[in-house]
Amino acid sequence: MTILTLSKLTKRYGDACVLDEVSLTVSAGERVALLGHNGAGKSTLMKLVLGLIHADGGTIELAGHAPGSAVARALTAYLPENAAFHPAITGREQLRYYLRLRGQPVKQADELLEKVGLADAAGRRIGTYSKGMRQRVGLAQALIGGPRLMVLDEPTSGLDPVSRREFYTLLDELAASGTAILLSSHALSELEARTDRMVILSKGKQVAQGTLADLRADAALPLSVSITPKAGQGERIAEAFSGAIQSEDRVTFTCPPADKLAVLERIAAQRDQIADFDVHAATLDDLYSHISKRAA
Amino acid sequence: MMLSRILATAALEFAIARRNRWVIVSVAMMMLFSLVLAFAGSAPAGQMAVDPLSVTVASLISLAVYLVPLIALLISFDAIAGESERGTLALSLAYPLARTELLLGKLIAQLAVVTIAVVCGYAVAAVVAFATGGVEAAEGLPALWRLVWTSVLLGAVFLSLGHAMSCLSRRPSGAAAMAIGLWLVMIVLYDLGLLAAVVADDGGTFTTEVFPWALVLNPADAFRIFNLAASGAVDAASGLSGAASSIAAWKPLAAILIWPVLAAMVARLSFQKVTP
Ligand SMILES: Nc1ncnc2c1ncn2[C@@H]1O[C@H](COP(=O)(O)OP(=O)(O)OP(=O)(O)O)[C@@H](O)[C@H]1O
Ligand SMILES: [Mg+2]
Repeated sequence: MTILTLSKLTKRYGDACVLDEVSLTVSAGERVALLGHNGAGKSTLMKLVLGLIHADGGTIELAGHAPGSAVARALTAYLPENAAFHPAITGREQLRYYLRLRGQPVKQADELLEKVGLADAAGRRIGTYSKGMRQRVGLAQALIGGPRLMVLDEPTSGLDPVSRREFYTLLDELAASGTAILLSSHALSELEARTDRMVILSKGKQVAQGTLADLRADAALPLSVSITPKAGQGERIAEAFSGAIQSEDRVTFTCPPADKLAVLERIAAQRDQIADFDVHAATLDDLYSHISKRAA
Repeated sequence: MMLSRILATAALEFAIARRNRWVIVSVAMMMLFSLVLAFAGSAPAGQMAVDPLSVTVASLISLAVYLVPLIALLISFDAIAGESERGTLALSLAYPLARTELLLGKLIAQLAVVTIAVVCGYAVAAVVAFATGGVEAAEGLPALWRLVWTSVLLGAVFLSLGHAMSCLSRRPSGAAAMAIGLWLVMIVLYDLGLLAAVVADDGGTFTTEVFPWALVLNPADAFRIFNLAASGAVDAASGLSGAASSIAAWKPLAAILIWPVLAAMVARLSFQKVTP
């Protein structure tokens, strides 16, 4: 079931086209990640979905409702980027406030804070929290009332690696219970196996969309092969592989993913001259920078 | 449902005001100045007022005209600009919370602070009046009560105007500057300007036709005139007091009652223009 539908969404600020005909759907239980450089339009897209700003073209539908309508707001949870809650109040007070706004019992506050690992700091003023702790207050409020759609703007910024993993586990649970999740991030590598689909924005344009496997196959980034020849065999190895570069004790070259097996066969054929070898697939960061560059 | 969201906002805002020491600072300011006036209060004694409390009330009127708007603006200028800068405004507005509810919640909490400050300040002055004048001071109680509720309404006006400044400037520092500017213009310069115009006009049509209306249209002047006229006291501190007797009491009263609503509407309209 589709929860969020964007079609040909366009937003301009003066002459600058911040979003250019972006189309996207998010279904119940699906986790979709928005990626893109600073200023790509991720936060703008989210604010449009929440009805905080208005589009110059295209449509947004949220379970059949207009963004910003009372029903849409009741169904949606949001985590803004860099939300700094008032330093004078405690985490518990802040959570109670948001619970009351959603008409939920305030006694859930402690439960929610415990979920994000803030049980011990619940009674302390937010002004005394660390950056990651403040980010968790934001996460806790986004969990209130089992939302149908969660819009999370850089939810893991400021979190340590262990907390990130816990956070994604939390998302898995929510998605399993049918919540549609739209989140933004700068780190493609942290999203591996954590999201169902990625949407890459570049200067307001949607330049790629799909699962990680789709994106990989589509980009067809070359593998890099590095061989350590036995003593004195460097020249022969370098000649055996076209385009190979010989450095002190290594021979390196790249090959298209489709030729992977052929290359391995040739390495096997030269086994007498080879001490060791490594084959690296392109990393997620390579993939990301490739897609962004291709778009530019 | 709507009421519960307004009250939730008011409760949080009041907690913030308490922690930020706005409550304690406002109460201390009002009490301190009231106390000073209560002891020095016999100097500008009203000619018709005989009991010591009425005398004190007459001097409290001049104090309130300056202090209540100032306190109200200080408490309110950060309301929207602060949230906008911290980034929590976008979050609040993504909740099922209408802009009107958010603004009303903040107004209620801040009005509670103003009310506490006003009541504490005047209570101190009243205690001094009773201590020095005995039971006779009880005759001044109606004037004191009138001063209390009109002060609260005056506070409401300037709280809402502070919210409007907060919406228009977006940044807390800019909002603070605008709030102080507004206070100078409406409380100090307005009266000086009128006074200068009256002197220059020398009894012409400005003095007879425009001036009484100009006085009533400013909420602070309306507050002053209404209280002075109703208590029959003469305000030695203000050069404008002569006019007070010539204006029908319903006019300043109407101004005092209409201004809070008007200012709240101005704040709400300014808030509409804010994009988080
Ligand atoms: N109110 C505004 N007025 C003018 N331009 C704006 C406004 N808000 C955003 N922009 C512009 O829109 C573009 C997209 O901004 P946006 O905040 O959506 O980027 P982002 O993808 O979230 O970036 P980041 O990763 O840095 O958070 C930027 O070029 C920004 O300057
Ligand atoms: Mg952003």
